[in-house]
Amino acid sequence: MKLIIAIIKPDRLEDVKKELYKKEVNLITVNEVLGHGRQKGVTEVYRGVVESGNLLRKVRLEIAVNENFVQPTIDAIVKGARTGEIGDGKIFVLDLPRVIRIRTGEEGGEAIG
Amino acid sequence: MDNILKIDSGDTAWVLMSTALVMLMTLPGLAFFYGGLVRKKNVLSILMQCAIMLCVISLQWILFGYSLAFGPNKGFWGGFQWLGLNGVGLEPYADYAGTIPHQLFMIFQAMFAVITPALIIGAFAERMKFSAFLLFSILWATFVYDPIAHWVWGIGGFLRNMGALDFAGGTVVHINAGIAAIVTAIVIGRRKGYGSPIPPHNLPFTMLGAGLLWFGWFGFNAGSALAANGLAVNAFIVTNTASAAAGLMWAVLEWFHNGKPTTLGVATGAVAGLVAITPASGFVGSMSAILIGLGVSLICFIMVAVAKPKLGYDDSLDAFGVHGIGGIWGALATGLFASKAVNPAGADGLFFGNPAQFIIQLKAVMITIAYSFMVTLLIYKLVDVLIGVRAKEKEEVLGLDLTEHHEGAYTVL
Repeated sequence: MKLIIAIIKPDRLEDVKKELYKKEVNLITVNEVLGHGRQKGVTEVYRGVVESGNLLRKVRLEIAVNENFVQPTIDAIVKGARTGEIGDGKIFVLDLPRVIRIRTGEEGGEAIG
Repeated sequence: MDNILKIDSGDTAWVLMSTALVMLMTLPGLAFFYGGLVRKKNVLSILMQCAIMLCVISLQWILFGYSLAFGPNKGFWGGFQWLGLNGVGLEPYADYAGTIPHQLFMIFQAMFAVITPALIIGAFAERMKFSAFLLFSILWATFVYDPIAHWVWGIGGFLRNMGALDFAGGTVVHINAGIAAIVTAIVIGRRKGYGSPIPPHNLPFTMLGAGLLWFGWFGFNAGSALAANGLAVNAFIVTNTASAAAGLMWAVLEWFHNGKPTTLGVATGAVAGLVAITPASGFVGSMSAILIGLGVSLICFIMVAVAKPKLGYDDSLDAFGVHGIGGIWGALATGLFASKAVNPAGADGLFFGNPAQFIIQLKAVMITIAYSFMVTLLIYKLVDVLIGVRAKEKEEVLGLDLTEHHEGAYTVL
C-alpha cells in the first residue's frame, strides 16, 4: 500500500479528478495549501508597501492506493496537472504500513478500495 | 428669488436621501451581489471595478456626462451647454423637477449613470483587464449611456416625445446594460474552464448584496418621483411588491424544477423583480406589480437555467439574463399594465384600453437594443485594438486579484 501526496495548481484540480476517475481511483482527500517551489512566490502590495515572496495557493491531494493502482494514479495526476510551465507541482509516494476502515474495522488492502 | 421659494424642503430631503440610497446600490450592493458569485481569486477585481465606477463616472458626470445626457438640446444628445455644471445651479430647473435644486436632480441622476456600466461587469467577470475595463466603461458611459438617457429622459429626447414610459430606467439602465452585457460576454469569450462547475465563492455576500440592492432600489424608484408625494409612495410599494413576488416565484420554480429552493434563487429572483418594476413603478398599481414580479422570474428563470446553457455563451453572473431580459419584460409590461388611475401624467396600457402604448414601448425597447448592441460592439473592438481587452490565460488562472491588483482577498494563515 502506498500514500500518494500531490501538490498541484488549483485550476488543474478538475482535470486531475477527471483523469483519476478514468483510472477508477475514486477516493481522494483534497486540501487547499500555500507554498512555493522554484518560483519563489508572488508579489503583493498593500497601501503601497510591496510584499514580495508571498506564498502561492496550491492544492494538495492525498490518495491511498494498493500497489496495482500506484502507477495509474501517478499517470493520471501527471496527465491532468501538467501545463509545462513552472509551478506544475510534485508527487510524493510514501509507504503506508496500516489502513483501517472505521465503519467495518477492515484492515489493509481491503480497507482502501 | 421666486425660484428659490419654489424649493420644497420635503421633496429636497427625500431626493437627497434617495441619491444616497442609489449610491449604496453600486457600492456595496452590486459589488457584493456580484462579488459573492465569482471565485475567491477574483472577488477584489469585482469590488474594485464597482468602486472605480463610483469614482470615475461621478467625475465624468460632473465634467460632461450630465450635459450630454440632460442638456436642453433636441438631437443626438444634450450638447455641451452644461459642461462642468456651468448653468446648473441651486435653483430648480422646472422642466426636470420644479421643487428641488437643479444640482440635486443632477447628482441623483449621477448615481444612475454610475450603476449602469457597473451592471455590465457581470458579463465579463473574471477575465477582463482592469485597464481595458476602465477605458471601455468611460467610452460606454459617454457614447451609449448618455445619448440613451437623453432620448428617454432629456428635454427634446425623441423617445420621450414619442410617449415612451420609463419611470426609473428600465430602458436607459437595465435593457441598455443588459444588451451591452450579452455583446461583451460573446466577444470576450468564455472563461477558461467553462463547462466544469464554477461555483460561487460566497453566497452570504450575494444575499447581502441583494438585500442592499433591494434597500437602495427604494431610492432608485420612489426617488424617481422627484418629490415626497403619493407617486413616490406608490413607486415604493410596487417596488417592494414586485420584488417580493419575484423572489418567491424563483424559489417556487426551483422547488419544482430542481427539488429545492435556494438562497441564490431568491436573491436572483428579487433582483429580477426590482429590474422589471423599475420602468413601471410610477405607472402601475400593486396588483399589476405582483403579476410583473411573477412574470419576470418565470421568463428570467427559463433564460438563465434553460436557454443559457443550451446556447453556451458565458454571461458569467447573468447580467443579460436578469437585467437585459428582466428590463425588456418590465418595459413591455409597462405598456400592458400602466394606468392613469395611478399616475394621471402617465398613460393607459394595453390592459387599460390603450394598445398604442404597448407599441410605443416595443419601439423604445427595439431602438435601445439596436443602439446599445451596435455601439457597445464598436467600443469593445476599439478598446481591444488599442490595449487588448482580455487578461492573459496565465493571469486568468492565477486570478485577477493577484495579477491586476497585487492583492489577495483572503489570507489562509
